[in-house]
Amino acid sequence: MSKIAEAFQNGKAFIPFITCGDPDLETTKAAVKEMEKNGADLIELGIPFSDPTAEGPVIQEANIRALKNGITTDDVFAMVEELRQEVKIPMVFMTYANVVFSYGAEKFMAACEQYGIDGIILPDIPYEEKTEFESICEKYNLDLISMIAPTSKGRIAMIAKEAKGFIYVVSSLGVTGTRSEITTDLDSIVGVIRENTAVPCAIGFGISTPEQAKKMGQIADGVIVGSAIIKILGQYGKEAPEKIGAYVKSMKEGVTCILN
Amino acid sequence: MAQNGRFGIHGGQYIPETLMNAVIELEEAYNHYKLDPEFNWELTELLNEYAGRPSRLYYAKKMTEDLGGAKIYLKREDLNHTGAHKINNVLGQALLAKKMGKTRLIAETGAGQHGVATATAAALLGMECVVFMGEEDTKRQALNVYRMKLLGADVVPVTSGTATLKDAVSEAMREWTTRIDDTHYCLGSVMGPHPFPTIVRDFQAVISKEIKEQILQKEGRLPDAVVACVGGGSNAIGSFYHFIEDEEVALIGCEAAGRGIDTFETAATVNTGKIGIFHGMKSYFCQDEYGQIAPVYSISAGLDYPGVGPEHAHLHDIGRAQYVPITDEEAVEAFEYLAKTEGIIPAIESAHAVAYARKLAPTMCKNQIIVVTVSGRGDKDCAAIARYRGEDIYE
Repeated sequence: MSKIAEAFQNGKAFIPFITCGDPDLETTKAAVKEMEKNGADLIELGIPFSDPTAEGPVIQEANIRALKNGITTDDVFAMVEELRQEVKIPMVFMTYANVVFSYGAEKFMAACEQYGIDGIILPDIPYEEKTEFESICEKYNLDLISMIAPTSKGRIAMIAKEAKGFIYVVSSLGVTGTRSEITTDLDSIVGVIRENTAVPCAIGFGISTPEQAKKMGQIADGVIVGSAIIKILGQYGKEAPEKIGAYVKSMKEGVTCILN
Repeated sequence: MAQNGRFGIHGGQYIPETLMNAVIELEEAYNHYKLDPEFNWELTELLNEYAGRPSRLYYAKKMTEDLGGAKIYLKREDLNHTGAHKINNVLGQALLAKKMGKTRLIAETGAGQHGVATATAAALLGMECVVFMGEEDTKRQALNVYRMKLLGADVVPVTSGTATLKDAVSEAMREWTTRIDDTHYCLGSVMGPHPFPTIVRDFQAVISKEIKEQILQKEGRLPDAVVACVGGGSNAIGSFYHFIEDEEVALIGCEAAGRGIDTFETAATVNTGKIGIFHGMKSYFCQDEYGQIAPVYSISAGLDYPGVGPEHAHLHDIGRAQYVPITDEEAVEAFEYLAKTEGIIPAIESAHAVAYARKLAPTMCKNQIIVVTVSGRGDKDCAAIARYRGEDIYE
């Protein structure tokens, strides 16, 4: 069993995302610890990329802020190494193919294993292109996370059958960012996934409130939240970790239906 | 060509899952319609009757005599309707999109030529049109922004990143993931995910098809070199395509070196970049050691792009085509030279190809032939070149 599976053992999983180095790596570390303390089950660490084409304005700006601070992939690995002395829950990277490719996929995945990363999400690597990275991921005990979108239709079964770790279900068309309502028929999508795999699935894109988390938690095995957390960072900067902790607590309550 | 749109190791489909069915649907539709006689008849009618094809292959006698070497022919894509080669691809894609039941075209644009061409096709075929253009470029090419609006398109200034062509592409891709059902992304160059590099290449290949027929008629032989400018590389691949199998024809792509390939202010991707994955494709990109895409620079908004089409990357790898850097200064001199020598004002993009021909021709014999593709006309650039030369002219 992959370590990621542990994240889905405590009821519905809450998966927060954070862009590393926004506004600095100390804040990222403090925020990750707060997330774990307040009930996060798995953490998605974003390695900044200059041109994040799957992101909306909020996460785009976080990427730019981090890169302006000179954050590099090596800095992120060093941060993960430190974090791993305390943080026990699974952590995955979310970044773009070129960050991994230019580092050298082999060297990158080896470092992931060495420093305690459990999986990787590459939004610009669809099913058709995954072979190049997947074999290397397997060698270093990493799960390459598959994504399924509202437009996937006939592709869902094919993707689900080969999925590892968890499946990232994209809730809506478009890019990341908070949305007031999610209209995709996620029940049907998750239904097809369940017919094809036992790998858990988590819904992301557009989720920001505990009410939405509760609704999504009733459909899937977990929810992923990014932009709402980055907004807190954008607003409070170095003071954000505590606020993020409180937010994560409310979202974990939402997704596990403790919320009324 | 291998499967999944590979050109050697380059190409591929590095895009979000959300877009996968859209590109699969596009590939299926293209494979169907490219063999459909009615589609081909309609497209040929549009190209000939509306866009003014075939474009002339003009013997540049004065330039030839002045340079004192190889005979120079100019492929006059600048004479096409809307003033550039971009219309060849746009008419093809717009017609294909219409057959697919799409009612809305989105596009990125750098210099504005592709945006104007897309807005034109949308007006003609009764489609909605939204063009994404880097805010920096909307300032450099204000006249083209007005032309697009006049043609009924919405122009969205893109402020993210460096606010130039690469950001316009990113924003158009983001928009496509938001609205796929009724929208076709009319990509303007031989780049992006498969099948775009192949589709755009095929629609631009009319350039080399005509060059071959015209030069055989005029000279009874093939040229010794074909020279074209390369940003993403659509006019270049169009000019090269039907000569790829003719090993005796040298294929030369001219990249924008900006202030020089030894500076950071350059957009010469093949000369200064390394292999990466971006905008849906594996190819050469200007990037730093951690894979962050580099801000690039060229006086030419149309060549100001940090990547190059995957087929060019492959032609470079196998040594079939050569990619040479041309600086801003060389391009501006060539812009002025062609105006004074032949009475033809080329686009500043095309001036990069003219600049290389000026270097190459004198090194060749008088019985040799160079074909230079003048991919667009230079009216749009006059104000910027005047400013470059210190004259305070504003549009």
